[in-house]
Parts: sequence; C-alpha cells; structure tokens
Amino acid sequence: MLTAIIFIPLLAALLLALVPANLRFLFRIGAVAATFITMALATLVFWQFEGGISGFQFEYVVPWVKDLDINYHVGVDGLNVGLLFMGAVVAFAAACVSWEIKTSEKGFYILLLLMISGIFGAFASLDLFFFYFFHELALVPTFIMIGLWGRGANRNYATFNLTLYLSLGALIALIGLIALYLQMPVSERTFSIPRITEYFQSQPMTVAAQRWIFPLLMFGFGILVALWPFHTWAPLGYSAAPTPTAMLHAGVLKKFGLYGLLRVALPLMPEGAKHWFYVLGLLCLGNIIHSGWVAMRQRDLNLLIGNSSVAHMGFVFLGIASFNLIGVTGAVLVMVAHGFLAALSFGLSGYLHQHTGTLRMDDLGGLLRRLPFIGAALLMAALAGCGLPGFANFAGELMVLFGAWKGMPAIAFAIAAAWGALIIGAIYMLRAVRNVLHGPIPDRWASIPDAGAWRKLPFVLLLAGLIVFGIFPRILTERIKPSVEAIITTASPAIQTVAR
Amino acid sequence: MNPSLTILELAVLVLGLGLLLVDLWTAPERKRFLGYGAAVALVLVLVFSFLRFDGKETLYAFGGSYVLDSMALFFKRFFLIAAIIVLIISVEFSDRIATGISEYYSLIVFALSGMMFAASANDFTMLFVSVELVTVTFYVLTSFQRSRLPSLEAGIKYLILGALSTAFTVYGIALVFGTSGTMKFAELAALQSTLAGNKLFLAGLLLVVIGLAFKIAAFPVQIWAPDVYQGAPTPTAGFLAVGSKAAGFVLLLRLLFTAVPEVTAQWTQLLIVMSAVTILYGNLCAIPQRNLKRLLGYSSIAHAGYLLLGVAAMAGNVKNSEAGGSAVLFYLSGYLFTVLAAFTVITLVLRRIDIDDISSLAGLGQRSPLLAATMTLAMVSLAGIPPLAGFFGKFLLIKAALEQGYFALVAIAVVGVVISIWYYFGIIRAIYWSQDAFDLSPIPVSLPVRLALCVCVLGMLLLGLLPGPMVTATTKAVKVLDYPTATAVANQ
Repeated sequence: MLTAIIFIPLLAALLLALVPANLRFLFRIGAVAATFITMALATLVFWQFEGGISGFQFEYVVPWVKDLDINYHVGVDGLNVGLLFMGAVVAFAAACVSWEIKTSEKGFYILLLLMISGIFGAFASLDLFFFYFFHELALVPTFIMIGLWGRGANRNYATFNLTLYLSLGALIALIGLIALYLQMPVSERTFSIPRITEYFQSQPMTVAAQRWIFPLLMFGFGILVALWPFHTWAPLGYSAAPTPTAMLHAGVLKKFGLYGLLRVALPLMPEGAKHWFYVLGLLCLGNIIHSGWVAMRQRDLNLLIGNSSVAHMGFVFLGIASFNLIGVTGAVLVMVAHGFLAALSFGLSGYLHQHTGTLRMDDLGGLLRRLPFIGAALLMAALAGCGLPGFANFAGELMVLFGAWKGMPAIAFAIAAAWGALIIGAIYMLRAVRNVLHGPIPDRWASIPDAGAWRKLPFVLLLAGLIVFGIFPRILTERIKPSVEAIITTASPAIQTVAR
Repeated sequence: MNPSLTILELAVLVLGLGLLLVDLWTAPERKRFLGYGAAVALVLVLVFSFLRFDGKETLYAFGGSYVLDSMALFFKRFFLIAAIIVLIISVEFSDRIATGISEYYSLIVFALSGMMFAASANDFTMLFVSVELVTVTFYVLTSFQRSRLPSLEAGIKYLILGALSTAFTVYGIALVFGTSGTMKFAELAALQSTLAGNKLFLAGLLLVVIGLAFKIAAFPVQIWAPDVYQGAPTPTAGFLAVGSKAAGFVLLLRLLFTAVPEVTAQWTQLLIVMSAVTILYGNLCAIPQRNLKRLLGYSSIAHAGYLLLGVAAMAGNVKNSEAGGSAVLFYLSGYLFTVLAAFTVITLVLRRIDIDDISSLAGLGQRSPLLAATMTLAMVSLAGIPPLAGFFGKFLLIKAALEQGYFALVAIAVVGVVISIWYYFGIIRAIYWSQDAFDLSPIPVSLPVRLALCVCVLGMLLLGLLPGPMVTATTKAVKVLDYPTATAVANQ
C-alpha cells in the first residue's frame, strides 16, 4: 500500500514523459488523477492505522544492496502516519493549484510528480539510506521548479540560496547518519532504522559519540527546517517559488528535518540530545521571536507567510526540545497542522498573485467584497496562524506550551514563546488581513473573479483538515501518542533528569 | 609464463595497427567511418573479455611483472568502454580534424592498450612503460588540431609538464631500485619492512607517487589539467579525463597496496592532505570559470580529490581496505559514464562555434531535448545528487572516510560538494533559463551517438538506482589488494 503511494506519482511522471508536449489537458488530468489516487490510498492507510499501539504497520521490505544491508523498507507508525496523510492531501491540492502554470507544462508536471513521489518516500522509509535518498530526490525538482517557473526579480538569487542551504543541510545530516551507522560493530551494521533502534536500545552509544553526532543531525536537519539563524533561504525561496512548489515544500517536505530528528536523533542519542537541548531551545526562540518580528515588517504577503512559517517551526523545535510525552505529541500535531496551514496560505496567496499580479499588501485592499470565498479562507488561515482555538494549530501549540512548561527548567522559555507567538503572530496576521481584505478597494481590482467550484476544492480540503483536526485532535493524538511514548521511554533514563 | 594472458591487449594493438593499414585502402571521404569499425571491434574485445576470463584466480605472465586478477580485469573493461564511447565521439568530431583522422583513431586505440597494460602492471618496468605508452600518445592526441593554436599550446604544455613528471617517476624508480635491488612489486612487498626506515627508498617512492599524481591531476601536480582540457580536441579531453585518470588510479592502488602497504599506512596523513587540497583547489578554481571545458578540467581535479579521499581511507586500514577500494572503483565507474556523457554533449553542441563559453549552451533545451537532458543528468550526477551514480559513489567514499575517522577531510569534502553544486547548477541554468540564445537551430544527433548517450545515461541511472551488482563487483575486484593476500603472493 505504501509502496503504491510512493510509486503511483512516479509512474504517472514516467507516463507523462511519453505524452507529446502539446496535449496540455492530459498533463493536468494525469497529475490530478495520480495525486487523487494517492490521497485516497493515504486516507485508507490513515483510517486503517490502529491507534493505541506502538510499532510499525503496513511494513514492506525488499533487499536492495546486500553487501551493505541497504533495504527498501517502508512502514508507518504514529510519527509519520499523520504526516503522510497530510502530505497526500497537500499533494492533491498542489496538483489542482498547478493549473495556474501556463508555460512548459509538461516539464512542470513531471517534476511536480517526482517531487511528490520523493516526499512520500522520505516519510515512509524505514531505512536510513532511502530515507535520505528520497528526500534528496524531492529536493532536485524543487530547485528546478523554483528556478524555471518561479517569479520575482531575485528568483535566481533565491534559487541558489535555497539550493546551497538545503544541500549543505542535507550533507551535514548525511554525515551524521553515516557516523551513526558506523557506531555499530561491523557484524551488526545495518541501515534499517528499526534494527538500529533495537541495537542501540540494548547497547547505548557512548556518551562522547552521542555528543558529537547529535549536533550533526540537529544542525543538518535544522537547516532543512529553517532553524534560526539558518533560516534565510525560506522566506526568499518561498516568495520566489511557484505556488504548488511552495505549498509542497513549506507544507510537507520541510517537515522532513523535524521528522528526522524525532525518528533518528532522539531515540538513538538521548544523551546527546540532553547535552544540546539548551542550544536547540535557545535557537528555536530565535525562530519564534526573531522571525515573528521580521514577519511584522514585511510588506509582501508571501514574505510574510514565509517568515511566519519559519516562526511556526520554532514551536515544533520547542516541543521536541521539551522532550516529554505531551510536548513531543504536540510537536507532531503542529507539524501536521502547519502542513495544512502553510499549503493553504501559499495556495491563497498564489491565487491572489495570479489574478492581481502583485502581492504587495499596500497595493491590495478591500478584496473581501470581491472575493468572498478566497477572502474568508485567507481570514481563517490567518486566524489559524495566530493560534485561535478550533484550528489544529491551536491544539498542537497548546500541547507544546504545556510540554515546554513541564520540561524546561526555566519557565522563561515557555512564557517567551507564548508571548512571541500570540502577540507577534496576532499583530502581523491581523495587519495582513486588514491590508489585503478590508479598506477601500482600488479600482483596478474591481473585476477580479472569485474562485470557481473547481478552484475552491483544494482550499476546502485543506481548511477541512485544519478544522477537523482542530475540533477532534484525538484522531491524531491517539495515533501519535504510543509511538512518542515508545521513543520517550527508550530515551528516558537520560532524559528524565531534564524533564524534572 | 603465459603470454596468452595478454590476449586482450594484443587484440587492441592489432586493431590499432590494422586501422593504420586499412586507412591506406580507404577513400578519404569514408575514412571517418573507420571510427565506428574500431568501436565495434572494441565491443567484440569487451565481450570476449567476459567469455575468456572470469577473474576468479590471479594469473601471472612475464615472470610476475604482468598480473591478471579481478582488479586488472575490472579496469580493462572500464578502459574498453571508455574507448568505445570516445571513438564514437571522435567520429562526430572528425570534421574539425584537418587530416589524419585514421591516425587519430589508432592513437586512441594505442593509448587504450597502454591503459590496459597499466591495469596489469606488477613491477616498475611495466608501470613505467605503460604510463609512457599512454602519455606519449596523449601528447599527439592533444595537439592533433594542427591548425588551431590553442590545441598546439595545450599539447606543448602537456608535453613539458608530462616530461617533468616522467622525470620524477624515473628518478623515483631508480632510487627504489638502488635501495631495494628489485623492480617487482611482489619482492618489494617482502622487503618493505626492512626498507621502511630508509629515507632514500621513501624519497624514491614519493617521487613515483608524484609522477602518478600527475596522471590523475592531483595536488601538487594538477596545474596542467584546465589548460590541456581547454585546448585539446574534445574527445581527447574526454579520454584524458576518464582513461588517463583511471590508469593513474589503478597504478597508484597497485603500488601503494600490493607493493608497499606498510609504507602506505605511514603515509595516511600525506594522502589526506593531498586529497583535501585537491578537492578545495578544484572546486574553488571552478567557480569563476566561464569556459565549459576549462570548468570540467577544474572539476576533474576536484573529483581526483574525492577519489584520493577513498585512497586515504584505504591507507588508514591497509589490512582491510575493501570499503575504501570498492568506493574508489565505484566512483570511477560512475565518473566514466557521467564525464563521457558531458563531453559527448559538448562535442555536438560546440560544433559550429569555436568558443566553449557556458553561454553557448543557452537554448539547448529547445535545440535538442535529448542533449539537454543528458547534460543535466551528467551535471546532477557530478554534483552527487540522487538518484544518479555520483551520489552513491560519494556516499560510499564518505562512508569509508568516516569509518577511518577523517572528520576534517569529510568536512572539506562536504564544503567542496556544496561549492560544486553552485557551478554545476550554473551550467543547468545556462541550458534552460538563459534568455539570450542566438542560435536555436535543432542539433542533429546521429544514431551511434544516440546509442553512446543511452549507454551513458543508463550507466548513470543503473549505478544510482541499482548499485547492488556493481558494489559486489567492485568489492570482489579490490579483494586482491588485501594485505594478507599481497604478502602471501610475495612469499611464493
């Protein structure tokens, strides 16, 4: 089942590569159909996934390189089942939104499907090698799409900035992963994540090794998630990216770094984590407060959303750094919620850009009257972004704050985070809403059309995700908790000293 | 004493002579097609190498100075594939060579035979003769466009610097022979522990290593590469980048790990420094380049550095050097397909224009989607991004180096990779998103070239997506470098 989810988009990409470039209609249909099927399958996986138990489900293994014990191994547990579901919804939405691409569509759709395939592979893989491999596979199309179909004057600069930052982050993480692999004795060496976890549970790594490998993963994965101060690629890159790419990267692919921390770094290196959590806690405050502050000063809607998404990542880092059941569960919840939110925000801003040609908030205004649906959706996205109850973000952020309160020795962390998130977030989000949706409407926007039924569909789905998980967070938390608990109990001897 | 072991080399030599003879009876306008004939003949030799030898046992000829083992076979096949593709490119290039195209083909074939002998060299005489056979033919191949000044300039540069490095090698061999009294690797292996403290002996070895470093374009004798790549005819540059470099590596591996493993183990630091400086030099100098071939010259220096990283990892653990060795061989195989793909595209695209500026790639996406896609894949593979061969090769190399705990070197390699992504993506950008294409005429791609490109692309993809069989093959090939085996041979 998971294999089908990974390979259907890839297969679709290969098939589309054979279609002549002038049958533009086929590309759109093909991409939407492929992502719809994967979404249906992912929903099925999410539905059939049994909550309340830890361990992997839907596992599937194929040996790949026998000499090195690298296997194609996929499976889901509480950590990734929600992410995979969210990713599938975002992928479908992104495929629908891609209709705004008008030039060389063939290349675009092929790259988009490749990227989607890579994303699913990265989140479903339980083998260190493939875990990394699929992520890189998703990155390359991202670079090319931003470079070729991107917008704005400094898209070249943004593309290179993003490419170099992400490559550096990925390589640092790769070194960390290989170093981790080499910590095992020759006879035991394997790339299988479950077996590595098992091994290090029975024979914990030396403290010294943990202390130098953990930062490799922390900074490597951190750069991929725009950990402050390595975040500058994100707002720039997203504002230059075509809408579907921004939705997929900000919404889903970026979560790979966080997922990697949870899947690999924490369970295997609790001592290292303990040693470095203070640094991580401080840096994520940089995300929450500094990026929030920067977001306040933005005059461009996309730069604002980009910066605010960097700020939201701080919450996830904070949840991870708190390292207790509630905090980490909250972090996973925020990851899922933010995926919907980021995709929704970038999708809506993409709609505005397509119809107005600008995202400068000073030039926009009063659009709510012309665009009741898009306007209302944007308003809801803004409210979800500042953490209003009823949206999934609220549930997640609240749990993170509880977790941080419990976990962090200095309460200052939690208070500062809450302050930063609530006050700063509310200021910039509401200001954006005022500038874009309210006030007098400039004459030139008098004839903008609101979204038709078909254009509404992706936004409705994403909003539904936010609201359903906001009202019933239990659907997610009951699936997440057992897996998080397993990680925490694995690591507990070392961590409890921090937690107390 | 079994001269029939050299049947592959003999076949290649006969082919080279045959080309010169057939040339006499061929009409001038048909001479260029001799290249296809030569390529087909080499394909037959390649197939024959699989039928005749399986590499399971180590065989010796000429009193042990010629060895035929799994590693020698691996490299012979490697060189054959490279030469086949280079011959096909040469046919495309033939309109830019005024006279003597058949000689050009036969020189390529002679260089190939030198490389194949190098793969089997097991003493210093064989090493020297095969290196010279390769290098001397390359002097001619480099300056083959006699009416074109840059080509002559490149030839002279290569000649002078090459002669210098030959002098190093000869002097080194003389010192080694003077102190040890033997030319044979196997006998050296038995003597090495007594000689390891002898300064003259070590100085001699060092000079030989520097001579080989010239072949692979590694620090401190890497300066020639960009100049020669830029000026030489494109097929020559391609063959130089792949064949000559790999010949240098097979000799280096043989010398360091079968003849003097104990000395090599002491030279780990030296190899690490060489690798680090080579990586940094190649990548940093490639950044400002606008000339495509010159850029590839610098990038080939950088790749020599990555490969040396694998050699350094082997030196760190001479008793069990398989991880590093198989990484080096795997990386070279990926590099073969990748670089030849790039040079094929360059040959076709720069046909009419005499400048090799990166901007001449502009609009390639519309002129020939096949060439554009191949070039993109080649650059992505060189940059080491999955799912292509370059990624898995770098993965193996970094893994081997980390296993030995070379953290600083790995950090430098990572910096190098990030820098290289910058300039490789610059090339991709020139292909697709530059606006100023002045020539949008489609580029015709002949059937043999299509085949060659398909082989290259398939090679890159297969090594990246299904590396299993290749890892098995390379691991088997480097088994012969294991220290115990080497000493056992010496004791025979």
